[in-house]
Amino acid sequence: MSHSVIEASQLSLTFETNDGPVHALSDVSLNIQKGEFVSLIGPSGCGKTTLLRVIADLEQPSEGEISINGMSPHEARLKRAYGYVFQAPALYPWRTIGKNIALPLEIMGYSKSEQAERVRKGLDLVNLTGFEKKFPWQLSGGMQQRASIARALSFDPDLLLMDEPFGALDEIVRDKLNEQLLRLWEMTQKTVVFVTHSIPEAVFLSTKIVVMSPRPGKIHDIITCDFPRDRTLDIRETPEFIDVANRVRQGLREGHSYVD
Amino acid sequence: MLTSLWQGKTLPVLVVCAIIAVFWYLGSIWLNADMQRMLFENNGQASYTTAELIEGTLTQEKPKLPTPGQILAELNKTVLETAPTSKRSLVYHGSVTISATLLGFLIGSMLGMGLAILVVHIKSLDRSLMPWVVASQTIPIIALAPMIVVIMNQFDVTGLIPKAVIAAYLSFFPVTVGMVKGLRSPDPLQLDLMQTYSASQWQTFLKLRVPASVPFLFASLKVGVAASLVGTVVAELTKSEDGGFGARLLGGSYYGQTIQIWAALFAAAACAWVLVSLVGVVDRVVTKAMGARP
Repeated sequence: MSHSVIEASQLSLTFETNDGPVHALSDVSLNIQKGEFVSLIGPSGCGKTTLLRVIADLEQPSEGEISINGMSPHEARLKRAYGYVFQAPALYPWRTIGKNIALPLEIMGYSKSEQAERVRKGLDLVNLTGFEKKFPWQLSGGMQQRASIARALSFDPDLLLMDEPFGALDEIVRDKLNEQLLRLWEMTQKTVVFVTHSIPEAVFLSTKIVVMSPRPGKIHDIITCDFPRDRTLDIRETPEFIDVANRVRQGLREGHSYVD
Repeated sequence: MLTSLWQGKTLPVLVVCAIIAVFWYLGSIWLNADMQRMLFENNGQASYTTAELIEGTLTQEKPKLPTPGQILAELNKTVLETAPTSKRSLVYHGSVTISATLLGFLIGSMLGMGLAILVVHIKSLDRSLMPWVVASQTIPIIALAPMIVVIMNQFDVTGLIPKAVIAAYLSFFPVTVGMVKGLRSPDPLQLDLMQTYSASQWQTFLKLRVPASVPFLFASLKVGVAASLVGTVVAELTKSEDGGFGARLLGGSYYGQTIQIWAALFAAAACAWVLVSLVGVVDRVVTKAMGARP
């Protein structure tokens, strides 16, 4: 018994620039079910971040329909339906980690005691207990990004939108955070839309991989991955994993025209 | 002890002061020599040694360039040895100047912050108001100050207020410019974050723009408080009957009391230094509370 969280049909988005129109998205149709972990993968300029921003109502599509839980993205944003994790942690440097996690709660008018309780839970969820009183600069990049995930989850949205959250981190930290994110997803049963340009990351995390191609940004292929939810990093050595990864790689190659 | 002096600021500052003092004394001798020769001539003293000439240049009553020693002696006399209530006391004149400076700084920084908030939030004001704000500073304050005093006098506003208004006129500008820059300093990511929470404009202002503007604000306040003191001194040149450093400068130049002028200048500079340092202390306390790296 599943229902659609995100339904997009024939979305197009054109940015008017001084050098003429840029077709960031063209005829994108996508359906994301509750509890899915969907990765958007593609080379830069394929519109994967733009698509995520359209879902989040940070960009307006030029054409096409999109609904989040049956509402328009705007209504969904006003109802605080999603948590958004950016490429950079974007923690406010004048707030402690605890206060940063409490930021959305303050804005949404949670009581002081509720805020404290949720901050405590959030810190625990991303293994940052004890760092509540530290300022962002006192934490490593990986810890900062974990804090930003806790911030996105603090008000318990059902949908988590992540825009290359681990893109700036080194591979060792990234692997670790990928595993932690998977546990988190398993535990919280959230729907996740995850933008990445790393094939192993996409295959390891996702239930569905959306391969996108650039100029104009469109969906080239949608690949389902059925690894068990409690998978560990070891599955990256299995033939099944390598198989899916190859399909993704092939899709990226087909979609990417190097002729220009 | 000596090494700690070298590592700290004390010794370099002392060395620079000593070098300045040496050149100052040489300058005093050079600039005052002509006058000294004339003084000897008028006294009928036809011959004098170089040592007598030099000694004379350093002890004149109204020298072209007083020596640091003369200025310090005057400061000692007018700050420490004269009762603070006396009109001859620099403490008295200082307190007159400082009170107008502080009131003007308060008005100016409030006005500056208010304008900045308006300019950042209302697009049409950005275009219509900012050119006037900039233009206001191109008018020489020395020309404007007497007019402000006269006009306010017409409405029976006298005493501290007109001087504070002139001080505010100079100090609001750096605060406006710095605060506008500060309120606009949040990067797109930080603003997008607020958008994802569907935060109101007021919440974005309070929780993002204001804290982000604080470092910019303090840099501006330091400039503003110094400008405020300059404005007050200029105002006191017009309203010299109330006293203040400006009145001392004016009185000194009236009667050729160069030592008095220099002493007032030194005292004004010291006051400005103290005021800027005080803003600096508040700055450090606030930035530390806001999690700045030590």
